[in-house]
Amino acid sequence: MSLTHLQRLEAESIHIMREVVSEAEKPVMLYSIGKDSAVMLHLAKKAFYPSPPPFPLLHVDTTWKFKDMYALRERSAEDAGMELLVHQNPEAAEMGINPFDHGPLHTDMWKTQGLKQALDKYGFDAAFGGARRDEEKSRAKERIFSFRTASHGWDPKSQRPELWNLYNAKKKKGESIRVFPLSNWTELDIWQYIHLENIEIVPLYYSAKRPTFEYEGGLFMADDIERLEKVMGKSPEITERSIRFRTLGCFPLTGAVESEAATLPEIIQEMLLTTTSERQGRVIDKDSGDASMEKKKQEGYF
Amino acid sequence: MTDPIYKTDALIAEDIDAYLEKHQHKTMLRFITCGSVDDGKSTLIGRLLYDSKMIFEDQLEALSNDSKKVGTQGQEIDFALLVDGLAAEREQGITIDVAYRFFSTENRKFIVADCPGHEQYTRNMVTGASTADLACILIDARKGVLVQTKRHSFLCHQLGIKNLVLAVNKMDLIDYDQQKYDAIIADYKEFAESIGIESFTAIPISGLAGDNITSRSEKTAWYDGPTLMEHLEAVEVRSDANLGKPFRMPVQWVNRPNLDFRGFSGLIATGSVKPGDKVRSLPSGKTSTVKSIVTMDGDLDEAIAGQSVTVTLEDEIDCSRGDVLAAADSPPEVADQFESTIVWMDEEPLVVGRAYWMKLGTQMVSVTVAEPKYEINVNTMEHLAAKTLELNSIGVSEITTDKQIVFDPYGENRALGGFILIDKITNRTVGAGMLHFSLRRAQNVHWQAVDITRDDHAAMKNQRPRVLWFTGLSGSGKSTIANEVEKKLAIMNRHTFLLDGDNVRHGLNKDLGFTESDRIENIRRIGEVAKLMTDAGLIVLTAFISPFRADRQLVRDMMGEGEFIEIHVDTPLEVAEARDVKGLYKKARAGELKNFTGIDSPYEEPEEPEIRVNTVAMSPEEAADYIIKQILPLK
Repeated sequence: MSLTHLQRLEAESIHIMREVVSEAEKPVMLYSIGKDSAVMLHLAKKAFYPSPPPFPLLHVDTTWKFKDMYALRERSAEDAGMELLVHQNPEAAEMGINPFDHGPLHTDMWKTQGLKQALDKYGFDAAFGGARRDEEKSRAKERIFSFRTASHGWDPKSQRPELWNLYNAKKKKGESIRVFPLSNWTELDIWQYIHLENIEIVPLYYSAKRPTFEYEGGLFMADDIERLEKVMGKSPEITERSIRFRTLGCFPLTGAVESEAATLPEIIQEMLLTTTSERQGRVIDKDSGDASMEKKKQEGYF
Repeated sequence: MTDPIYKTDALIAEDIDAYLEKHQHKTMLRFITCGSVDDGKSTLIGRLLYDSKMIFEDQLEALSNDSKKVGTQGQEIDFALLVDGLAAEREQGITIDVAYRFFSTENRKFIVADCPGHEQYTRNMVTGASTADLACILIDARKGVLVQTKRHSFLCHQLGIKNLVLAVNKMDLIDYDQQKYDAIIADYKEFAESIGIESFTAIPISGLAGDNITSRSEKTAWYDGPTLMEHLEAVEVRSDANLGKPFRMPVQWVNRPNLDFRGFSGLIATGSVKPGDKVRSLPSGKTSTVKSIVTMDGDLDEAIAGQSVTVTLEDEIDCSRGDVLAAADSPPEVADQFESTIVWMDEEPLVVGRAYWMKLGTQMVSVTVAEPKYEINVNTMEHLAAKTLELNSIGVSEITTDKQIVFDPYGENRALGGFILIDKITNRTVGAGMLHFSLRRAQNVHWQAVDITRDDHAAMKNQRPRVLWFTGLSGSGKSTIANEVEKKLAIMNRHTFLLDGDNVRHGLNKDLGFTESDRIENIRRIGEVAKLMTDAGLIVLTAFISPFRADRQLVRDMMGEGEFIEIHVDTPLEVAEARDVKGLYKKARAGELKNFTGIDSPYEEPEEPEIRVNTVAMSPEEAADYIIKQILPLK
């Protein structure tokens, strides 16, 4: 009897979560409603069964998520028996920050600043995130326990060496750690696991006929036409297309792909045969060239 | 030359369900690649990623552009650019670090720990090797076995990696010459045997040309072994090797959803477990029987090494985080003194005698490290005399924990033999180590059970024993105030004893000087004496400068909860210096006295002392009254 790679990844993630619950004072799980979050939540349920996961879920909301995402958010928290905390940056709301007029500021205000506000507000000292090392160059050397200063900064020079499966969660008051239990999973692992474990994900990952519009060379979904018209100042030209999403963020920031993949095996098939990497659909990595993600991390983005 | 087998899989397009079914049964292998940029390591990893279709078109397009711009291979693709974020890292001043990369084939998923560069070498290699099942050591065929080849092999061997691959790279540059290859292998074999490496697998390759990576090269017809990929796919994974060993599960978390359920959650380190198995909880030694193995997918009939589970027992035995559940008939050892190999990873060198946190499995204890028996030169394997361990050095030392811990020798079980050291003040991970064996002293010296207990002693004296630890600058008034407090306690009929710095140095500690480790040993001995006196029921007062937080913490950790009362005698340096009762500041200022606290040696103020007295605002008498008020009631 030999464990499969998915069994080993599962056991490793569960081990990480239990270490955090044992050594941190007030952990929280960041929940973005995407497929990685879905897997992370599923693993948390497994790690503490028959107890419910002993921490709340936190969604740092930009108010620009797809409607389908909000619906799944409520249902998932309830199913898991976990408290759901939703934080929306009040300053961003007041200033009417949106992805069309404000570009990178939208991500900074709603996500980066919003996350810092929420962590400070509740006093969380450890936060689980669903990032993976295969996503992007600067993530490849990220620790599983990533240490943050009291101002949430990420100092790449002061990251602690991680040996065996011994994690150092010691910290001073005000400091915190971000923990990435999915570090060693790849995109294919995530999809295979969702398939194998029957994990519910946002329907937008599956192909369907949806209203779309083109914007700056990308293909987008018109999820809330009224709101779109308001911020764009005009009506985008809507066309019905068979599309799906490979990654989910704010609806105007996440590009759709034309696809017929309507089941998980078909999605995996498409992914394996496709020739562009996952993050390509997201505008975020292109903000300021190659080091964009690294810079965001230093500023406190997940 | 790209082998199509790993690039596309016809099954994906034809029958995705069959493909998925097949890929669900993949195993996982972790390995480390050792070699410098010149050895072609990045090219090799880039090649493995490329050949197993881990590179998407957009990345490939960027790569192709970069190759033409900055690559070293003309119009060809420069695979090294795929993994080398290094130039950029250097420019940004980021520590050169272990990076993890992923690829998979039909049978296996691979996690590669890529440890670049020369800087921080030992630290990075040891980190990468700690989780590896296999090490791939690269040799440049033109250069043969070099000092660095030996260093890589030695470190991998120290970390217990049994599967060593010697990848003799750049065979294309020596015209695939068998004789030269054989000479390199013979050379390496001699070295390997000298350091105790029992076996290794040598493969002639070219990362650049793709020879013997995923497909057999026609140019090395004389070679009949596996390709690198064939070997990586076939080699035994360590977690499988752990299966044949006795059951061990460090308890991470006690699962108590309600009064009727009490489960012990953990990752099984070695062996397997079934309901009905007899298990022993260590260090208590209590035994019970496994009732069930609980998971969200239903109870299991058996769980094996590498699985995270929750175990329930038939009996209510005392067991919590840090304890280890083990096979009842072959439990691990319990001890508090060990011989260990330590790798130092912090800019600040090891301080002999200082208390560090030690994390081993799920156990977190306080530990002190003795002066190294020797340091090992990682290039020549020579044993060198050493007083301490500096960044990136590796040595053998005796270590002592403040309580008994459960362990297995590292060679038998990494999970119960490998540990990290954490600085108690900075919280940084400063070192890593491997336990080899417990020392006889610990095995043969047992606590003598006595009938008159420390509680009896305390009860007879009608008081709660405590240590009032006065700390502050020289001339701050520690001894004066401690003396006042003791007089007042005597009037209240309390049994006390005052340990004074100067007095102790005349007797118990007259063999100690003023170097950093002697100062730590001075404080440690005083702590031990104070502890014995509290066992005898006394209220102990100590008056020592004790300038370092870590040392005061060491004593605090020795005492029971609430028995250590840190009193900061807070006097500004100018005031203490103006008093200069013993004329020491004058000498220090004149340079006649070295390492004088406050002048050329720091005083680390207590961050959260139990009591703080300000000697500028209070007289010694007032300070003493204030302290007494704070420690009431005395019983």
